[in-house]
Amino acid sequence: MAIIIFIIFVVFVIGLSLYLGSKAKTSSGYYAAGGQIHWGVNGIAFAGDYLSAASFLGICGMIATVGYDGFLYSIGYLAGWIVALFVVAEPLKRLGKYTFTDAVDANYNSRGIKLFAAISTLVVSICYLIPQMVGAGVLVEPLLGIPHSWGVVMVGAIVITIVATAGMASTTYVQFLKGSLLIIFSTVLVGAVVVRGLSTKPDQGGAVEFYEYSHLAATKIGDQITVTDAGWNVLEQAEVKGGLSFVKLGRDGKESWWYVSNSDGVITLKESQFVVAKTDGKWINGAPASATNQLRQVGNIEKIRGESDVTTGSLSIFEYLSILTDKDTSVQTWKTASFVDSDGEKVTVYYPKVVSGDLIMRPGLKFKVEGTLLERLDFISLMLALFLGTAALPHILIRYYTVPSPASARKSTIVAIASIGFFYMLTLFMGLGAMTSGVINPADSNMAAPLLARSFGELLFAVISAIAFATVLGTVSGLIVAASGAVAHDLMDRYMNFQMDDRQKVRAGKISAFVIGGIAILLGILFKGMNVTFLVGLAFAVAASANLPAILMLLFWKKTTARGIAASIVVGIVASLSLIAFSPELYTLYGLNPLDAPIPLNNPGIVSIPLSFITLVVVSLLTPKAEAVKV
Amino acid sequence: MLHEPATPAGKDPASPYKTRLGIWMFVFYSLFYASFVAINLLSPLSMATIVFAGLNLATVYGFALIIVALIEALIYDGMCRKKEAEFAKAEKSKGGKTRSKKGKA
Repeated sequence: MAIIIFIIFVVFVIGLSLYLGSKAKTSSGYYAAGGQIHWGVNGIAFAGDYLSAASFLGICGMIATVGYDGFLYSIGYLAGWIVALFVVAEPLKRLGKYTFTDAVDANYNSRGIKLFAAISTLVVSICYLIPQMVGAGVLVEPLLGIPHSWGVVMVGAIVITIVATAGMASTTYVQFLKGSLLIIFSTVLVGAVVVRGLSTKPDQGGAVEFYEYSHLAATKIGDQITVTDAGWNVLEQAEVKGGLSFVKLGRDGKESWWYVSNSDGVITLKESQFVVAKTDGKWINGAPASATNQLRQVGNIEKIRGESDVTTGSLSIFEYLSILTDKDTSVQTWKTASFVDSDGEKVTVYYPKVVSGDLIMRPGLKFKVEGTLLERLDFISLMLALFLGTAALPHILIRYYTVPSPASARKSTIVAIASIGFFYMLTLFMGLGAMTSGVINPADSNMAAPLLARSFGELLFAVISAIAFATVLGTVSGLIVAASGAVAHDLMDRYMNFQMDDRQKVRAGKISAFVIGGIAILLGILFKGMNVTFLVGLAFAVAASANLPAILMLLFWKKTTARGIAASIVVGIVASLSLIAFSPELYTLYGLNPLDAPIPLNNPGIVSIPLSFITLVVVSLLTPKAEAVKV
Repeated sequence: MLHEPATPAGKDPASPYKTRLGIWMFVFYSLFYASFVAINLLSPLSMATIVFAGLNLATVYGFALIIVALIEALIYDGMCRKKEAEFAKAEKSKGGKTRSKKGKA
């Protein structure tokens, strides 16, 4: 079923591309769809561009694991459109031609701006491309049953075909189609979630029997843990960073890892899931990994308003959220810890942690708003980057050139706000639905929304997965158009002054799309396993640091000079990338101790955005007045 | 040679008005957004306060940030359209007077 729906969709998209490709012969047609897209279509296409793998897969997955903190991304991503609408949309439409570089260079004709703005477009697009390709690989594994790397290659090949055949025109209609389907079927999924209601023993509509995890009473004398039940033997104890303890228990010749919970001195051992990397391959829950032996899906409500064994039946959207907000409602969430056992084998334990509803439905589980000053600054930094990043994303900015007038740019932004805002409200329900329906893969939260759909049957899973795949497809198309425009139009045509006629410019764009598509495939394979939302959040920070100061100041500060803009772009890119490279999250990815990271912040925006603004102002003031913008 | 827009945009006399309006609406929303961030940092526990239909402040404020964005966008569009229509009307009547003057001449 999934394969048939997927093939129908892909064939339709490629057919549409070939048809539109026969019409796009000029560079205006290739890069800006001839500037003749209707504002309504463009508005939904904006939604298609914007609602990437990070929004559909990443945010839902993050809400499913850390509750409201994931919804902060929805709020921040949507709020960013306010900057786009009120400050950027119409003036940018009046300034530009095909690319972000055209817009910032419109009044200067500066080689420095051309070079650095093109580099910035490439850097931001690649930062944004990586999570999309990773998301594609994650999706196709369960959807088509093929390995991650083949999924990435497949997405890359299809996207290159789409972009190289018709450029912005086909990308726009693919985005329109995908944006519409995503919103319609997400609404259907949320409807199904609230109609099914909540249960303390979710069984996916009877499809998967609810697995009840065991608890064992234990005592701790000194460092030695002893299980009260005589049938169990403690074989090994492991202490992990952050004060976590695990024990390996043996019974009837079987071994398993348990989480040690210490609540006011009362020791309880909680059954966990575990993966051991052995020399003969991966073992899951004490047996070799196979098609039938995988990690069990997790996530359920333990108590609904203080009561166990409850199934609510159909609920209104308010009742649904209200139950989960109640302090007497508790949800079993799952955490991860890794360590090396006494045999020298790497053990990854997925252990349960019960969290009350009032904690789940407010910020704090991921972003420590009650934590140290640095943790609070990190939160401000994230919210700042999300707010300011949208209006600086190259693949979003180029969409303003596909409509015929500044008024159409404004109206299409409003359609985008309506559709994207509605979708982001749905993410809260989809994420919470996944959190409480026993559908989360504890090793990869990115699949929360498609797996939630599967709990309602294979048909909805097939449709949602195909749309999720199209989500990746559409966003990658837009990013490759933006990046190929930076290479062919900004660098080759404008910066290097290659003498090309209109047809050669289109060919250069298509060749660039092939090369960038190839790079995207490679990076998608290399970065397998990285969190897609986290990476997109960083792309927002880079965009907000490198591009936004240039856009805002050239529009609103008469003393802005070409050198000021070029310098701010360079400082924005270098500062944001450097801060990211030496941050605790990246140190974790490198396999180093995050506490050793020289930069204590995970989100660079609070430093790099003001730095880029200050650079622009200082350099502009030091630059001769002759270079000042003529308004 | 400087760049030109992909599609030529005519002179827009409403542009200064729209820019001013946009900046004011942006400032208003920024303050609304900043308040949300500030409450989370200065009084995080108040986000758990139940304020409407069993929903807490975090949920209501979060949805409000999305809904207010759309309402502001619609108001902005309505005011921009009104101003554009006013200028278009003035331009039309100016054009009519010019034509009638030319006719008399």
